[in-house]
Amino acid sequence: MSTSTTPTTPQGKVADFLDERLSISKAIKSNISKVFPDHWSFMLGEVALYSFIILLLSGTYLTLFFKPSMVEVIYNGPYVPLKGVKMSEAFASTLHISFDVRGGLLMRQIHHWAALFFIGAMSIHMFRVFFTGAFRKPRELNWVIGTVLVLLGIVEGFMGYSLPDDLLSGTGLRITQGIIAAVPVVGTYVSFGLFGGEFPGHDVVARFYTLHILLIPGLILALVGAHLMMVWYQKHTQWPGPGRTEGNVVGYRLFPVYTAKAGGFFFVVLGITTLISALVSINPVWMFGPYTPDQVSAGSQPDWYMGFLDGAVRVMPNWEINALGHTLSLNLIVPALVLPGIMTTLLGLYPWIEAWATGDRREHHLLDRPRNAPVRTALGVMSISFYLMLWISGANDIIAQTFRLSINQITVALRVLLFVVPPLMFMLTKRWCLSLQRRDREKVLHGHETGRILRLPHGEFVEIHAPLSLEEQAEILGKMDVAPMALPAATDANGVAQPAAWKARMQAKLSQWFYGANVSLPTRAELLEAQSHFEHADALEVEATNRHRTYEAVGGVLLAPTEDGSSRH
Amino acid sequence: MAEHSNLPASPDAGGHDEAAHGALDYGTRDERGRFILPLEEHHQRITDVDPRAAKRAERQVAWLFVAGAACFAGAVAAFVGFSSHELIHVPMLGNVSASNFWLGTLIGLGSFFLGAAAIHWARRLMPGDEAVDYRHSLRGDEDSRASAIEQFKRGAAESGFLSRPLVRRTMLGAMALFPLPLVVLLADLGPAPKEKLRHTMWGDKPATRIINQGSGELVRPEHLAVGGLINAIPEGLEKVEEEAGTQNERAKSSIILVRMNPSEIKAQQGQGWDYQGILAYSKICTHVGCPISLYQQRTHALLCPCHQSTFDLSDAGRVVFGPAARHMPQLRIGVDSEGYLVSLGDFAEPVGPSFWERG
Repeated sequence: MSTSTTPTTPQGKVADFLDERLSISKAIKSNISKVFPDHWSFMLGEVALYSFIILLLSGTYLTLFFKPSMVEVIYNGPYVPLKGVKMSEAFASTLHISFDVRGGLLMRQIHHWAALFFIGAMSIHMFRVFFTGAFRKPRELNWVIGTVLVLLGIVEGFMGYSLPDDLLSGTGLRITQGIIAAVPVVGTYVSFGLFGGEFPGHDVVARFYTLHILLIPGLILALVGAHLMMVWYQKHTQWPGPGRTEGNVVGYRLFPVYTAKAGGFFFVVLGITTLISALVSINPVWMFGPYTPDQVSAGSQPDWYMGFLDGAVRVMPNWEINALGHTLSLNLIVPALVLPGIMTTLLGLYPWIEAWATGDRREHHLLDRPRNAPVRTALGVMSISFYLMLWISGANDIIAQTFRLSINQITVALRVLLFVVPPLMFMLTKRWCLSLQRRDREKVLHGHETGRILRLPHGEFVEIHAPLSLEEQAEILGKMDVAPMALPAATDANGVAQPAAWKARMQAKLSQWFYGANVSLPTRAELLEAQSHFEHADALEVEATNRHRTYEAVGGVLLAPTEDGSSRH
Repeated sequence: MAEHSNLPASPDAGGHDEAAHGALDYGTRDERGRFILPLEEHHQRITDVDPRAAKRAERQVAWLFVAGAACFAGAVAAFVGFSSHELIHVPMLGNVSASNFWLGTLIGLGSFFLGAAAIHWARRLMPGDEAVDYRHSLRGDEDSRASAIEQFKRGAAESGFLSRPLVRRTMLGAMALFPLPLVVLLADLGPAPKEKLRHTMWGDKPATRIINQGSGELVRPEHLAVGGLINAIPEGLEKVEEEAGTQNERAKSSIILVRMNPSEIKAQQGQGWDYQGILAYSKICTHVGCPISLYQQRTHALLCPCHQSTFDLSDAGRVVFGPAARHMPQLRIGVDSEGYLVSLGDFAEPVGPSFWERG
């Protein structure tokens, strides 16, 4: 006993030291062989995580040189066009990082690109989770955390964008101040509090800096930790496939395969981000110049993730109510506060909305293919198209200029399209999903077309169909075959109306709307029949090949089907 | 069928070419109607069966690691070798910072190679077979749940939280007031707005001379031809900014001067607020405060570059398009005894974006 517990190697001694203090053997024993399912779409969350790590590292570097101060200085650095220009220390130190610090510009660009990737990857990761139904019980809470993370990411990105105090970021701040001031009752006070008085003041950069490098990243880090712990504890979802059930996880082990893959993937993300940052300029603040509230450049565009908000503000009609000595700026409150509020609330509550509509409150660990949940997929595409219409609206001036169209007509058209395109996308997507379901059913019963034509002895031509591979079949047949709830009777057994049943009726109708059109899976008998059909066709082909070989062997005499030998190939 | 059952793979070797599995039974469905097909047999990769291929993969992995290391060493050399001011010409990119280009390219490629090596290693040489874990119920078993409830109830009873309402209510009262001082502390983040948003420095004196914002010179009527536009600020703004250490005043009192044929002026915000066809309007958009300077001479339209609000300066600054709800405030101007353009008092209304107390 004592011999087996007394380590002799140096590694063993270290492990022993740690185990006797932290019981690491228990933690390792129960975690190191954890299985993670493998699919390309599961990398999207990883991209977000790695971008965040890159942001923490590059951001820490930038804090070593950046001066978050709005004290005015005269620039006297190496960038000639701005020599002698009055600017804030924040802007001057950004120029210093860009032109004097070796690798400083690279770090700035890595930080900015990584921020764009971070929010982009979070969004696409969220699409993946949505369209596959991975948010369903027991993962609703992680969905909510994800929603909050996206919001925090956007706020964090906007604040970082504001720090260099260049003309473009100052314009963004000006717009933000205008929106804050429009908030009923407290808006003016909040604005004065944030900016330390009137706009622009001399406090906002330092205040945003603290929020940007401490408070919000701290919140993000804590939520990312909770997010990952939940994934770890609840185990990852998986796609339907051979051997995959609701009760298991099939994939590769954490150690060594996932350690190597995920660790390697971090460096791949870092590498690609760095390469892009080395080769593609982003936010060249020296070209915009320092912020001054009486200048703005035409074609001002925010970072991509703020585009939808800017677009909403652009297409909103100019409604404002002046009454009782107060001003209610609907033209700002609606697009910049109410709309994003509704959007994120619906997003965060969606798991419960769907569970309520379908009545499905079971745990789900196997993912839905998007086509197999047509209404959910259509709702998702509808929402994304609404978002994209807002986003396009944020570039209405660029569109007008590029295509030489009237900005007024484009804006009016966008107002209409904002309400026309999403329902159209809903209908299209739903039909498309159902078509794909029908195709799946047909594929699994009739197999792949091979292009091989066989002539049977009695003269009939048939095409050989090859059965689907095991994975393909498991993917298609791994679909939930759900029947929508039946409508409860409007009258009871005695023919008396049941008004209290309206709730159940509505639920049943929603469930029918959600599932009603789904194409059902083939039965076992149909599948077995298809299988024997494939085997039969296979046998026929073997037989025909043998006959052909015999024909070749005897010099084309015995069984020649035609005189010119056109059946040769 | 039990939901968690998992049909074992049937080892029938004589199947089709296309499907490397035997005849399927389709006999297992979970309670949700899914067919559960058997887990695939061991999938052999070339590196599993051919030692030479495995050796080749090993060398590829090693070369990728070596390439990564070489790039990182190169990056250090680039850091030392290039000053921050040196430019190089790169095809397609033009003249770019040599330090930025080489540091970024080498660190980027190095990281990429390092990552690619690890992934290649995992995919080719580490175990290729899928492993299976089983999920456990997240819901606590009945004993745990009962015990949790029972212990919580015991603690609650011991605390007297329910049986001593006096303690409970006073505690809730104290907790409710706890955030108050913290919120109050935030009040000093900024001064109270008071009337600040309603005044600009144009109103500090009965007549304030107007300065061309670009050239810094005082503006005379003859500086402005019909159809022309000048961005302008009040005289003494620089001094005010110096003292305040902020650009707050500039954010309110920036104006534009335009000149049009007096016959083209349809309306003004006050009778005779122009000077011989020269009109002064706030430059700060009434929507969210962007400074406007896109002016279309022919239509007298002033377009905000931020959200495309459009104002007609020949018609009292009326909103003709876009999300802005209010006209651009006009500033009454004239000339002083020396012939310089001056403002005659302040704007009649707050400039810039709306706010709750504006009315």
